[in-house]
Amino acid sequence: MSDHQFRSLAASRWRIAISLTAVMIAIYFGFILLIAYNKPLMGRLLTRGLSVGVLLGAMVIVLSWVLTWIYVRWANTHYDAGMDAVRRADGRR
Amino acid sequence: MTWMLQAAQQAPAVQTKIGEPNATAVIFFFAFISITLGITYWAARRTKTTEEFYAAGRSITPGQNGFALAGDYMSAASFLGIAGLVSTTGFDGLIYSTGWLVGWPVVLFLIAEPLRNIGKYTFADVVAARMRQTPVRLAAAIGTLATVIFYLIAQMVGAGGLIRLMFGLSYETAIMLVGAAMLAYVLFGGMIATTWVQIVKAGLLLGGAALLAIMVLAKFGMNPLALFAAAADRYGAGVLAPGKLVAAPLDAVSLGMALMFGTAGLPHILMRFYTVPDARAARTSVFYATGLIGFFYLMTFVLGFGAMVLVGPDAITSVDRGGNMAAPLLAEVLGGTPFLGFIAAVAFATILAVVAGLTLSGAAALSHDLWVNVIRHGEASNREQLRVARGATVALGVIAVLLGILFKGQNVAYMVSLAFAIAASGNFPALVLSIFWRRCTTQGIVASMVIGTGATLLLIYLSPTIQVDILKHPGAWFPLKNPALVTIPLSFAVGVLVSLVTRDDVAAERFAAAERRMHVGGA
Repeated sequence: MSDHQFRSLAASRWRIAISLTAVMIAIYFGFILLIAYNKPLMGRLLTRGLSVGVLLGAMVIVLSWVLTWIYVRWANTHYDAGMDAVRRADGRR
Repeated sequence: MTWMLQAAQQAPAVQTKIGEPNATAVIFFFAFISITLGITYWAARRTKTTEEFYAAGRSITPGQNGFALAGDYMSAASFLGIAGLVSTTGFDGLIYSTGWLVGWPVVLFLIAEPLRNIGKYTFADVVAARMRQTPVRLAAAIGTLATVIFYLIAQMVGAGGLIRLMFGLSYETAIMLVGAAMLAYVLFGGMIATTWVQIVKAGLLLGGAALLAIMVLAKFGMNPLALFAAAADRYGAGVLAPGKLVAAPLDAVSLGMALMFGTAGLPHILMRFYTVPDARAARTSVFYATGLIGFFYLMTFVLGFGAMVLVGPDAITSVDRGGNMAAPLLAEVLGGTPFLGFIAAVAFATILAVVAGLTLSGAAALSHDLWVNVIRHGEASNREQLRVARGATVALGVIAVLLGILFKGQNVAYMVSLAFAIAASGNFPALVLSIFWRRCTTQGIVASMVIGTGATLLLIYLSPTIQVDILKHPGAWFPLKNPALVTIPLSFAVGVLVSLVTRDDVAAERFAAAERRMHVGGA
């Protein structure tokens, strides 16, 4: 039981870690590639004082933090509780 | 730093007290030194074992470690350099603000928790966990020392130049002052003192930058968009759009890869995860650090454009051609000489703290990885380990001061990007392969680290930065300024290929136990 639970928890931990890493890579390199290949779009003004580029730059920073928040929230609730159960089962053996 | 010398010889176009001895700066500077030496005295009495010297007795809380990680990471280059870039180029400088943050989520998702659960003091502990100790530790020590030394040179050269500009001290005096204070922290107070120096410094830097940002925004009705609009009105809408910096897309992608994956291979950052009690605390501390560093880089938007509007790009470059004095000049315009003195002291504290963290991680590689695990095969008394660690600290401190003086006049930017490129290509792939891949072998890991580090050093030498800008050759053999685009995939490919053609039954056998330990923690 403990081993089955451990396997599935370890698998979901890596699934989430790799998906979130892929999202981070997509966000950041998407931003860099837009700067490299679509300068007019990045320079377009949305309102006085705010260009698409400045907004997206700030969003890259905010989204990085949101992604860490998503992971920490998942790990603190699901992963830790599950691994605590594994540790208890290990202790009983 | 030739541009600094030239800048100092020009008559400044603005009225500034920069470069003159400044009473407030000296007072704040001595206050910082007294407080941190007081902390060191307190920490020295709590530093009796290797666990205390390298890992602060694993007693640091997640919140404290969040601040300390931020303190280790936010160097003077980011505070002064990015504010300067934004103030002179506008949007192009913001590309750096974002790049320096995106490595942190990668650290959290892939590295922080496995590192805390598998290792003891250094990242080599993790890479070597399943492998034959001697070759892996040797290769990891090369990667660590190469990263640490290039990072140290950049900080020392930057420190000498900046302190000379701000306090009027001679370059050599400034470097020796940094070396002496840093040695006192690390030698006597170990990781406990180093951690608290980082926390004090991070608080000062974040507080100083926030105060400066609020004073800027107060002039624009607390509305950042009004500030950006004022910059666009005066210097054209181009300041809010990409300019010349990203002329070559591949260069931008390569630098981005070095920043994103280099953070997860920086030895002084990785070492911090051993100072907290468990993996959950390591995880939470990255969350805090990402928030603090992200907040800081968002403030650089305001500081940079604030300096552009309130000081002006011409005035900034007339004091220092690299633009590094934008934030201090902004402080002087907004709060007079006393505020300039405060910001100057904060910049100094920033450099000192980063240098201390780097030296400690280099000393750990020399003493824990090389001496204890390679030469003594893991059998060394606590007393001997501490003696070797302190000897290594002194040696690294002396090397840092000497290299700082030797490299006087060099451009520091390429050395920081070199440190990130080595960390990303020499250290990061080996960490990922050893954590995730059962089939990887001792030979594969060693090849990945040695070729990753070696290829990075070689390609940097062949890059336009060295060949054209420094050696004044007409062209370069390698087109990219930063080699990470080539060396990160190369290092992974070498690790995988060499592992596939070799066998390491012991490493494969130990995978299950290491995997379990990585998730549920030590015994």
